[in-house]
Amino acid sequence: MDAIMLQEKLVERLLCPRVRTARQKEKQYVGFATLPNQVHRKSVKKGFDFTLMVAGESGMGKSTLVNSLFLTDLYKDRKLLNAEERINQTVEIIKHTVDIEEKGVKLKLTIVDTPGFGDAVNNNECWKPITDYIDQQFEQYFRDESGLNRKNIQDNRVHCCLYFIPPFGHGLRPVDVEFMKALHEKVNIIPLIAKADCLTPNEIKKLKDRVREEIDKFGIKVYQFPECDSDEDEEFKQLDKELKECTPFAVIGSNTVVEARGQRVRGRLYPWGIVEVENQSHCDFVKLRNMLIRSHMHDLKDVTCDVHYENYRAQCIQEMTSKLAQDNRMESPIPILPLSTPDVDTEKLIKMKDEELKRMQEMLNKMQQQMHDKDQ
Amino acid sequence: MFFVIFLSTRGVFSGGSTLLGYIGIDTIIEQMRKKTMKTGFDFNIMVVGPSGLGKSTLVNTLFKSQVSRKSAGWARDEKIPKTVEIKSVSHVIEEGGVKMKLTIVDTPGFGDQINNDNCWEPISKYINEQFEKFLKEEVNITRKKRIPDTRVHCCLYFIPPTGHCLRQLDVEFMRRLSHSVNIIPVIAKSDTMTIEERQEFKQRVRKELENNGIEFYPQKEFDDDMEDKSDNDKIRETMPFAVVGSDKEHQVNGKRVLGRKTAWGIIEVENPNHCEFAQLRDFLIRSHLQDLKEVTHNIHYETYRAKRLNDNGGLHPISSNDTQESNL
Repeated sequence: MDAIMLQEKLVERLLCPRVRTARQKEKQYVGFATLPNQVHRKSVKKGFDFTLMVAGESGMGKSTLVNSLFLTDLYKDRKLLNAEERINQTVEIIKHTVDIEEKGVKLKLTIVDTPGFGDAVNNNECWKPITDYIDQQFEQYFRDESGLNRKNIQDNRVHCCLYFIPPFGHGLRPVDVEFMKALHEKVNIIPLIAKADCLTPNEIKKLKDRVREEIDKFGIKVYQFPECDSDEDEEFKQLDKELKECTPFAVIGSNTVVEARGQRVRGRLYPWGIVEVENQSHCDFVKLRNMLIRSHMHDLKDVTCDVHYENYRAQCIQEMTSKLAQDNRMESPIPILPLSTPDVDTEKLIKMKDEELKRMQEMLNKMQQQMHDKDQ
Repeated sequence: MFFVIFLSTRGVFSGGSTLLGYIGIDTIIEQMRKKTMKTGFDFNIMVVGPSGLGKSTLVNTLFKSQVSRKSAGWARDEKIPKTVEIKSVSHVIEEGGVKMKLTIVDTPGFGDQINNDNCWEPISKYINEQFEKFLKEEVNITRKKRIPDTRVHCCLYFIPPTGHCLRQLDVEFMRRLSHSVNIIPVIAKSDTMTIEERQEFKQRVRKELENNGIEFYPQKEFDDDMEDKSDNDKIRETMPFAVVGSDKEHQVNGKRVLGRKTAWGIIEVENPNHCEFAQLRDFLIRSHLQDLKEVTHNIHYETYRAKRLNDNGGLHPISSNDTQESNL
């Protein structure tokens, strides 16, 4: 009896694979589609952090832009130095941290400021304190990551660097090129054209084209927006395309609120008109804000983790292993360290040298034999 | 050199007695004027500042013609030179029967490098070379009737409108050169700043210049009399002039004006409410042009000459070789 029932069940299953009972349908639905929601809830509880660096000469409107972007007043107690006081000043690194909360999501925002950059008469290597700072943060994270207790790692790595290009020039200046080349493999660089309200629309276009050309020419790897997924809708793709063609963004910032077209907006009041910071036909501030905060903040962090940090880490480990090989020490500072395989070139070299040694040994043997024969 | 002599309207003999009739001494002014018109005169202006601050545009706007180096056929996009170069372009412009040989001396490469140490030296050298040329001509046995004057009469120094204060480079340059040439500091591309920002910036700049002992033109020590002093004081209070330059015309209220058209309005170059270009032009060309030349000749050139004569123990009329030129 049981055998027949089994057989029937088997036939049923084989002949009608699509017939499912409601209970079996439930079994099919596993439920991991809710994963993004779970991640979302956990992240919201944990909060986010974001470190933004601003670099550029003094007077480019960096502080004003940061205040406009995050609607805060981070620089209330700042005292501007005059030229004499600046004579022996080196580039400093100053951090401001502020906690912002919006709709239940907490953001710990750190702004890294670089006063003194490009202000001296001799600006040789004025970017060195900045690259040192970025490396320090990477090193700190590397140590924390390799340590024993990894529960509360603080991520102080710089996720994005806004570089302010003065609008007065005809393109990139030598100091701009050198700075970006020194940093493009350590941090995501987003070049901006500062104080864009002193340029007419034609001039902005010319300057943007020129800057893009020079960035290509000098091989500077600025932050690239990731490609749209092919299944996104047309509107999104169009917006994305516009965004990419608009770089570098020409921005204006303002700490003051003015009355324009019946509304109170952030802007600058001139005798000849009012510049509105959030008006898309006046400047690219809105595009920058949307890109930086609303769409690409996470991607910036990802690229920092996956690309820049990994580069640093790989370099660091290679340096350590080469030092180890030189010193011939057995213990390593890191508990688990992958042995670096010598690359193909070194292997070839070693092989060649081995063969040469062998040949010389053979020749030596032959000569010894000859001499021995002669003697006899 | 023409020295303008002002005669009082009432002819007075040195004895103090008044004239008994009209002699016609005052027609000398008219005679001089006619002569000036025939011979014309030279004016040499130097523009200094980092690339892209609108120096060429401003010069074109000032003289209402395409006189800058950029318009004379040099490519607009040429690369920034590695050292500061001195390039001068001359034009003869005419107005109301008066001919002026205008020379614009441009200094591409100033302040553009990463390391700008001593970038003022080529400029200082050029200015001294012009003084030296003039000195040699003056000291010659057979002198030309009218020595060609290539000395720099005025140096427009362009300050970038950061809104904060002067940069180290600005202070260094002006400190070193304010004793050999008339420096007129100018705030370039001032349409970046609102009116309040502009006033604050100017105040800070003036204070810094004072703190560093930099005397820009018109220098306080050369004021001739009370009238001059009060006029110049007013000018000194508004300097440095915040200017905007443009060589494009736009339609505003039915008139064609020089200006810059942006999405939020048109900046009129000659509108005193918008920028101080008109003031700079009046000051530079309409009222103080001759004075600039005089101060250059009577003070800066004489200082150079005295130093040279002291250093060398006298100059020979035969042209000396270049190694004798001292570093000033």
